[in-house]
Amino acid sequence: MTAALVLGLLGLLLGLALAMASKAFYVEKDARIEKVEAVLPQANCGACGYAGCAAFAEAVVKGEADINGCIPGGGDTASAIAGILGKKAGKTEKKVAIVHCHGPVSEMKNKFEYQGIADCNAAMLLHGGDSDCIYGCLGYYSCIEACPFDAIDVTEKGGVRVNEEKCVGCGACIEACPKHIIELKPASKQVDVLCSSKDKGADVMKICKVGCIGCKKCEKICPVDAIKVHDQLAVIDYGLCISCGKCAEVCPTHVIHDRLASRFAEGKRTPPVISSEKCIGCTLCAKSCPVQAISGAVKEIHEIDPGKCVSCGICVDKCPKDAILWDGN
Amino acid sequence: MNIGSLFIIAVSAIFINNFVLMKFLGICPFMGVSKKLDSALGMGGAVIFVMTIASAVTWLVQRYVLDKHGLDYLQTIVFIVVIASLVQFIEMFLQKSIPDLYKALGIFLPLITTNCAILGVTIMNITEKYSFIGAVVNGLSAGIGFTLALIMMAGIREKLDLADVPSAFKGVPITFITASLMSLAFMGFSGMKIG
Repeated sequence: MTAALVLGLLGLLLGLALAMASKAFYVEKDARIEKVEAVLPQANCGACGYAGCAAFAEAVVKGEADINGCIPGGGDTASAIAGILGKKAGKTEKKVAIVHCHGPVSEMKNKFEYQGIADCNAAMLLHGGDSDCIYGCLGYYSCIEACPFDAIDVTEKGGVRVNEEKCVGCGACIEACPKHIIELKPASKQVDVLCSSKDKGADVMKICKVGCIGCKKCEKICPVDAIKVHDQLAVIDYGLCISCGKCAEVCPTHVIHDRLASRFAEGKRTPPVISSEKCIGCTLCAKSCPVQAISGAVKEIHEIDPGKCVSCGICVDKCPKDAILWDGN
Repeated sequence: MNIGSLFIIAVSAIFINNFVLMKFLGICPFMGVSKKLDSALGMGGAVIFVMTIASAVTWLVQRYVLDKHGLDYLQTIVFIVVIASLVQFIEMFLQKSIPDLYKALGIFLPLITTNCAILGVTIMNITEKYSFIGAVVNGLSAGIGFTLALIMMAGIREKLDLADVPSAFKGVPITFITASLMSLAFMGFSGMKIG
C-alpha cells in the first residue's frame, strides 16, 4: 500500500514539475523554421556553410543566411523559401563541379609503385602521389567517395568526370581532392580546360598526351578574350566565356573539352541557320550576338554570316519564335 | 568524509572501476558515439553532467523517501523515473537558460536518459554507502571515466578508418577487438592500492 502510494505520489509530483517546467521554460520557436526545413533537400551536404539543413533553415529565418544559400536546392528551393518568408529570391545560377584534368591515370608512368591505402589524400602524403604529373588526378577516387549524389564517373582512362546532370554543386569533391583540381563553374558554360599542369610544354609532352602545353593558340582565337595562358596553363574566365568552343577546335593536344561538339555530325560545331519562315525580324538575335555575325533590318528576315559566326548558340536561346535551327540544342 | 577518501573514490571511479572498460556499463553509447572525436566529446560532457546531478538527486530520494518508508525494493523503478524526469527537466531548463550548453550537448542529453551506466552509478552510490558528497564525487568521476574511455576510443577509431584492416574485421568487429584490448589494458589498474 505504501509502495503504491509513494510511487504514485512521486509520479504525480514529477509529472506536475515537468508540466510546470515546460510552461516556465517554454522557448518560442519560429514556426517558419520547420516550414523552411521541409522544402530543403535534406541532403545535409553543408554546401551552404551551415551544419546541416536544419541549421541553415534557422539561419535563413533569422536573416543570417541568404535565401538562395542552398546550392543543391537551386532556384526552386530559393523561391519556395522566399514564398514562406515573403521575400524575393535573387537569381541563382546553377553551378556544377569541373575536374581540371583529363585523368589519363592508366597511361601515366608512375614515379614508384604505391601500395598504400587507395585514397588520394593518403597517396598524396608520399611525395605528392605516385603519378608522374604532379598537378593531375591521382586516380584513387576520393572525390567519388565524397560525392553524396553519386555524380562523379570514372572515365575509360581511369580519370574522373563529373556528371553535370546529377551534380548539384555542393563542393564536397572540392574538399576531398588533395590536388585542388576541382572547382565550381556555371552549369551553362560548355567549354572547359581539362588540365592543371603548369609545367613547360616539352615537360608536359613527355609524361602526358592530353596536357596543356601553353601554346596560346586558344588565346589567339578566342573572340572574347576569355581564355588566357598563365604559367604555361590555359585558364578560362567563365564570366567572359561565351561557350563557342573555338579554343577546343584549335587545341593541338585536345585538352580543351567542348561538351556541345559531340552533338554535331563529325564532332565539330556548325553555325546555326535562321528559318526564313519563322523569323519575324525582331532583331533580338542580332543584339545578342557577341561577334556581330547577324544582319537584318527590323521586321525583315535576319541572316547569319557563317564566316563571322563562332557557333556559340547564344542567339538560339534568345529567339522568341524558335526560328534559329542548331544541332547544339 | 575527508579529502583523501574523496580522492580515492575519484581515482577508483575513473581508472580502477572504469564504468565502460571494467564494469561494462554504457557499452551502447561507447560503441555508438565513438566514431568521431567531436560527438564523443559532446556525449562525454552530457554523461558527466547527468551522472553528477542524478547522483545527487537519487541519493536524496533514497535517503529521505525510500529508506524512511522501508521501500528499498522500489529502488530500480523509482530511480529510473526520477532520472528520466530529471533529464527532461534539465533539458528544458538548458534550452531556456543556457542555449549554448543546450546546443553543445544537443541530442545526447535525451539519449542517455535511460542508460544503464547512469542507473548503475546511482545504485552503486547506495550499495557502497557513500555520503552525499561522496555520491556526487563518484557520479562526477564515473562520468569523467566514461568520457576518458569514449575519447580514447574515438581517437583510435578515427585512426582505424585509415588503417588497412582485413575485410572480415572491417567495421564493428575490429571495434570490439579494440575495445577488449583497451579493457585488458585497464585491468592493469585493478588491485592497485591507493592511500
